[in-house]
Amino acid sequence: MAKKSTFGNMVLVLTLICLVSSAILGVVYGLTKGPIDAAETAKINASIQEVVPTFDNQPSKEMFKVQLNAEDSITVYPAKKDGQIVAYAIQSKTTKGYSGLITLMVGVTADGIIYNTAVVQHAETPGLGARITIRQPGCFADQFNKANIAKSVFKVKKDGGQIDAISASTISSRAYCDAVNTAGIIFNKINENQEK
Amino acid sequence: MGKFKIITKGLIQENPTFVLVLGMCPTLGTTTSAINGMGMGLATMFVLILSNFAISLLAKSIPDKVRIPAFIVVIAAFVTVLQLLMQAYVPELYKTLGIFIPLIVVNCIVLGRAESFASKNPPLDSALDGLGIGLGFTLSLTVLGLIREILGAGTFFGMQFLPHGGVLAFILAPGAFIVLGYLMVLFNKLKSKMYNK
Repeated sequence: MAKKSTFGNMVLVLTLICLVSSAILGVVYGLTKGPIDAAETAKINASIQEVVPTFDNQPSKEMFKVQLNAEDSITVYPAKKDGQIVAYAIQSKTTKGYSGLITLMVGVTADGIIYNTAVVQHAETPGLGARITIRQPGCFADQFNKANIAKSVFKVKKDGGQIDAISASTISSRAYCDAVNTAGIIFNKINENQEK
Repeated sequence: MGKFKIITKGLIQENPTFVLVLGMCPTLGTTTSAINGMGMGLATMFVLILSNFAISLLAKSIPDKVRIPAFIVVIAAFVTVLQLLMQAYVPELYKTLGIFIPLIVVNCIVLGRAESFASKNPPLDSALDGLGIGLGFTLSLTVLGLIREILGAGTFFGMQFLPHGGVLAFILAPGAFIVLGYLMVLFNKLKSKMYNK
């Protein structure tokens, strides 16, 4: 069985094991850093493509941040065609979901009309709140499309608004509205900044 | 004990979920669908095989009093490697399993096998033990996830076959306990039939 423990060999063995482990981790971190970044960029790019009309620039390279409040800022990806901005993909988020952060990509054309929305990240209950990710004609997320984001505040019908909540998932639906509203605030800020 | 026996005992006699009843937290938490259950099972299997192998090699040179911390460091290193690899190559699955991947470190199956098998057996047998227990865990989680998915969402490995979904309770926590309970009864009944002939 195992060796007799003395202070010396305990310290020595633990130190050695920790050293070797951290060396292995360092190597693996170095090897996977590239693919991890690539996977994240690919995900962002895919959701940008989903929510804005055709563009010919690289929005992820021209991204900028807009201050939402003192502590928080929101990333915006401008989609341009022939140098003209056609739409903004606003990476909005909310903590009002049923479990954890919900990140949405909200595509808004230059004149303030919502082109499409996509869920980037969520941890809602599968089969319930997770239905916010369903995309098919007449789905929940469709209700936001073509609305004027600069002038609307979205609310579910239960709260006196215009959006039909997903049945049995009012909290997730509310959170979705909240994230879209945040994108609206950001859109208005972008416009204000440009007029200055 | 034959090599083949080492693998199969993890599947039935010492099935980690239904017989040893270890690692219940990830079992109940991740089996909302068959794919998630399978992903969690395979992730745990990966860690089990490597950590069993490494610990079996190291066991003789680790002083008795620090063996638990030493095992934990080895296991944690493999889990972090797995975490980085999953983030890089299967980001979708990594996202769904979320916090349960780092928690493999404290999964009692992994430490349990290190302590009860790997530290007393040669490296190859230990790796096979990891494979067997890992397969048992993967199979149990996949079956559990599949049943919850069929009953709860009306899908089969993500394919919708009931247009309006199922009984939502099965996707939520209570469903996990109910399905696990019935599966455990069924499993142990079949097992005792098999071995009491």
